Amino acid sequence: MNLALATQNGQRADNTRTLRAQSAALSIQGLTVSYGSNPVVFSLDAAFEPGRMTAIIGPNGAGKSTTLKACLGLVPKLSGEVRFFGRPLRDNRARVAYVPQRNSVDWAFPARVADVVAMGLYPGLGLLGRFSGAHRATVAEALSQMGMEAFAERQIGQLSGGQQQRVFLARALAQRADLYLLDEPLAGVDAATETAIVSVLHKLRDEGKAIVAVHHDLSTVPEYFDDALVINRRAIAAGPVAQSVTQANLQEAYGHRLGPLDA
Amino acid sequence: MDLWHALTLQAGYNASLVTVGAALLGGSAGAVGSFLFLRKRVLVSDAVAHATLPGIGAAFLIMAALGGDGRALVGLLVGAAATATLGLLAVEGIVRHTRLGEDVAIGAVLSVFFGIGVVLMTIIQSAGLGAPAGLEGFLMGATAGMLWAEAMLIAAAAALSCLCVILLRRPVLLVAFDAEYATVRGVPVGLVDLAIMGLAMAVTVIGLKIVGLVLIVALLIIPAVTARFWTDQAERLIWIAAALGAVTGWVGTALSATAPNLPTGPIIVLMAGALFAVSLMFAPRRGVVASLLHQRQFQIRVHRRQGLLSLARTEPIFDPTTLKVLRRDGAIRADGVATDSGRAQAARALRDEHRFDMARKRYPDDPRQVHFDGLTPIEQVLTLDEIAALDAALGQPKAL
Repeated sequence: MNLALATQNGQRADNTRTLRAQSAALSIQGLTVSYGSNPVVFSLDAAFEPGRMTAIIGPNGAGKSTTLKACLGLVPKLSGEVRFFGRPLRDNRARVAYVPQRNSVDWAFPARVADVVAMGLYPGLGLLGRFSGAHRATVAEALSQMGMEAFAERQIGQLSGGQQQRVFLARALAQRADLYLLDEPLAGVDAATETAIVSVLHKLRDEGKAIVAVHHDLSTVPEYFDDALVINRRAIAAGPVAQSVTQANLQEAYGHRLGPLDA
Repeated sequence: MDLWHALTLQAGYNASLVTVGAALLGGSAGAVGSFLFLRKRVLVSDAVAHATLPGIGAAFLIMAALGGDGRALVGLLVGAAATATLGLLAVEGIVRHTRLGEDVAIGAVLSVFFGIGVVLMTIIQSAGLGAPAGLEGFLMGATAGMLWAEAMLIAAAAALSCLCVILLRRPVLLVAFDAEYATVRGVPVGLVDLAIMGLAMAVTVIGLKIVGLVLIVALLIIPAVTARFWTDQAERLIWIAAALGAVTGWVGTALSATAPNLPTGPIIVLMAGALFAVSLMFAPRRGVVASLLHQRQFQIRVHRRQGLLSLARTEPIFDPTTLKVLRRDGAIRADGVATDSGRAQAARALRDEHRFDMARKRYPDDPRQVHFDGLTPIEQVLTLDEIAALDAALGQPKAL
């Protein structure tokens, strides 16, 4: 009887897990990525819920960006299952917005700020769809959410780092997605941009969107984020910031290179 | 033969055929070339162009061996496309599977394929196979004796590539600006790149007859980089490059028809080069002259502001440029003493400087911050209400 109960409990635990995986905006199971035979991400499990804002933190080379990129199919994964709203990415692309690191593109490209944001709408247009007034309005709205409406006509090569980041976020906003994956959105931006980006992300979270950001500044994690995923090749801790970003977990992730939280 | 007749297609049947053909070729090369330019793949297309030569030689030999006319254009173009594809695959293969960069791969593939082609050409000539003289024409282009069917082939291919450019412009822009983002949004980046190179190959092959394989890269790249001086928008750049390419082809061919024995292909390329040089120098805002003028005007504004502030604070001015600017403005006399108008200007400059100081404190996150430097008149930066608010905050207005 004990055995039967145990099985039943196990069954229930399994069901709960499946259920959670289905409700999650993004669920990762057993993700392994390697360059050559050197695993950069090893057997990583994680789930990101709608209405939560999660930081992925860990030392340099811990596989934070690689995890995002592997989920999005930008680097090949060796093994593992990644689901977006319970489906593979190809079935839910429109609901997933990606904000790459801003230094991943050539800002001398001939485009104005509004053109870059408009690119967020291109995939929905097809090859011959007309770029209508409604699309232009969406672009304008995304720019004004980022406080960049005055820059719509500006050549992108003239922007500061913070402004470039705002443009990238505006391109994602124009897509009106349900899950936002951001790679170091606050790296190297000015204080005003940091505030602007965080407040937009909080607003999206409050609307029930899922936000996942690779983040490097441990001191701002408790202030900006609800949850954290601490990784160093493998997942070390996950969950609400108070429980996951602990001295012990950070020690495990960063080794002795990093002392207390306020370092 | 005068240029006007050539430009208006009154210079004879063959010349007209070549003129229209060259314009169509130039237009499609300009549009396709801007894809290459935006995607930073221009030099790959040069390797592809040079890799057509062995195909031309091999096709000639095969067709002659089979007892046909070795110079049949369609056969030669098929051969050209075949080895061009091999060249492209070789470049991509080297980049993907080795640690070598694209520049090295291009250099190696271009020279080796071209070398094979030259060897084949030499064999054909020394073996005295038929009348192979026509084959050299593919190197630099040879438009004399262009046939109606050949012109139609070029026209059809040009129209087709224009259609492809219209269809592909958005995916190409997405991929060219941010290939990773494009991938995440579901754009098949590999296919788009393949399409771009396929179009470049098509333009190269149809351009063999007019400008030849050595110079075709000029028609692909020059209109696109010329267009860059006229616009900051990638989509406009495509259409401007197409227009420039078409004009280049048309006018270049007409020019080459004005005197006997002027080579059409090189003249077209020189025409493209001339348009580039003019744009480089004289394009509004982005040209060399415009940026020098702009820089000079900015320098004068800086000196004027510094000079007026020094006047207002009754500091001595030593900088000769500043003195020159102030003298020309009538703010100081030849001996350096401020005029009445100069004193008034100086007082205004100082007042606006105080206003800008206050504005910097009051609107720290304002995107207009970059203009809070006194170089732009304050009335153009801030609204009258804002200026009034600043004055109120400054308290006692400075007497003018």
